[in-house]
Amino acid sequence: MALDTPPKGWRSFARYSMLTIVALFILFPVYTTVIAALKPGNKVLDNPLVPDAFTLDVLKDAWTQGRLGRYLMNTTVVAFIVTSVQLVTSIASAYAFSFLKFPMKRLVFGIFLSTLLVPLEVTLVVNRRTIDSLGWLNSFQGLTIPFVATAFGTFLLRQVFMQIPPDLREAAQMDGLGHWGFMKEVAIPLVRPTLGALGLFSFLASWNQYLWPSLITTEDDMNTLQTGLRLLASSDLDKPNLIMAGTIIAAVPILIVLVVFQKQLVRGLTAGAVKG
Amino acid sequence: MAVKTRRLRDIPLAFTMLGPSLLVLLTFVLYPLGKAVWLGQQTCNVQGKNCKSVGWGQYTTVVKSDQFQHALWVTVKFALITVPIGLALGVGLAVLADKQLRGMRFFRTIFSSTIATSVAVASLMWLFLLQPSVGVLANLGWLRDIFPVIKEPGLLKDPGTALWSVGISSIWANLGFTFILVTAGLQSVPKEMHESAYVDGAGGWMRFTNITLPLISPTLLFTTVVLTSRAFQAYGEMDLLTNGGPVPQDSTTTVTYLIYGSSSIIKNNDGLQAAVAVLLFLILLALSALQFRGFGKRVHYGS
Repeated sequence: MALDTPPKGWRSFARYSMLTIVALFILFPVYTTVIAALKPGNKVLDNPLVPDAFTLDVLKDAWTQGRLGRYLMNTTVVAFIVTSVQLVTSIASAYAFSFLKFPMKRLVFGIFLSTLLVPLEVTLVVNRRTIDSLGWLNSFQGLTIPFVATAFGTFLLRQVFMQIPPDLREAAQMDGLGHWGFMKEVAIPLVRPTLGALGLFSFLASWNQYLWPSLITTEDDMNTLQTGLRLLASSDLDKPNLIMAGTIIAAVPILIVLVVFQKQLVRGLTAGAVKG
Repeated sequence: MAVKTRRLRDIPLAFTMLGPSLLVLLTFVLYPLGKAVWLGQQTCNVQGKNCKSVGWGQYTTVVKSDQFQHALWVTVKFALITVPIGLALGVGLAVLADKQLRGMRFFRTIFSSTIATSVAVASLMWLFLLQPSVGVLANLGWLRDIFPVIKEPGLLKDPGTALWSVGISSIWANLGFTFILVTAGLQSVPKEMHESAYVDGAGGWMRFTNITLPLISPTLLFTTVVLTSRAFQAYGEMDLLTNGGPVPQDSTTTVTYLIYGSSSIIKNNDGLQAAVAVLLFLILLALSALQFRGFGKRVHYGS
């Protein structure tokens, strides 16, 4: 009997039962959140497990009064800037390390390598001072620029570039194809799948940033979803349904992104949770 | 001579391509590290200005202080709660879902789903479960009667349960990530190995310990290292669920919370914050070196 044929009878029943029980446990916090977000304020505390009242007003309130709409826009702008610029800088630096000849290459490479060892939390004490002295508190520059380059992305792409045989580059050169042409025609098409994974990974990391925006944001207009939720939770604890509506609004876009880009997710995580 | 000119010809292009990345990495990763080391022996006013050196002894003072040692101990406990349980649950779920059955995609999607929650989203979902006045558990009469601590003082406010509660929220939030990684590891285990062991009469548990575990050990090592460093850097959970409290025990003030927390005693002292950050860096460095050394030898990387 091959092992991957479906088990019959009670064994498969037992497995399905276990799977279902575990799934229910995992979904329990999500379930209570959704129930609360769809209940009017006066009903939310009685029968917290039963959907005995329904309204969309709380979601609307969270969007307008709770300003989740504004926060969603800020987060989207930040995540798109960080992701797209990161992709460009990573391609450029990976290309330079793979195909260009220049002095002190090993030293520069070593500098890139060493940044991988430094956890984010260690740098933020000083980065907050830097951003302050640049006058970038409460600004998109402050939220994005410290993250627009990544050694991790550079290494990931360089690994793929290194698979291109040097002969190919030389042959292309003989045919008069310069570096920009070679990059466009050969190198970038080759790393396209990796770019997808890297892009999704950067997007997620940027979207989920919590500590950094909370250090440099004091004006409500510049809150991201994460810091906005923090504000909502601290100012409206007496309205748990409003907070839960806020968490739903914050979670749904990323849920959609992940469902669409499932393949890239697995690839990106296995390649690179290092800088998680 | 030709080689030499080619080496030099690429310089402008290399500068264009590497310049932006290099500038950002130097300014926002390496400079802050070096500056933090220097700042760690200084003291500044509450605005973080007018910093003056007070000597490298400040690091010793921090290491010897009750607050730092307490925060380190809390962090270690937090890692000891979240990493083994999170890893075991992730492996358990992945093994459970590692069968070709109808509907398995559905279950896999659910098991991966918590990866879509940011720390703020996950923490607020758990805050709503655990909070003693408006929380779900506190408003379930029967449950509250069995476990009065849910209501008075509340799982997040009792020094005995606070760290565990934050830990459970954190385990839940990381479960999707662990599940996806271990599932990917399991899928790389060749089916033939299981089949021949099965023919030789090896039972399910024996196949799991003798074939599956050794073959996925690189994945397990990687996941352990990531989960440990996440535990040491955890911040949002404490900020949203407990504010480092309950006070006066500071039961959930981890090292990262000690540096950045809004109720931390050093929140307005850039010098001490930098000193603790540098110590956190050294601890994380030592920890990953230890993990790779300790487990590295036992990890089976295949051929």
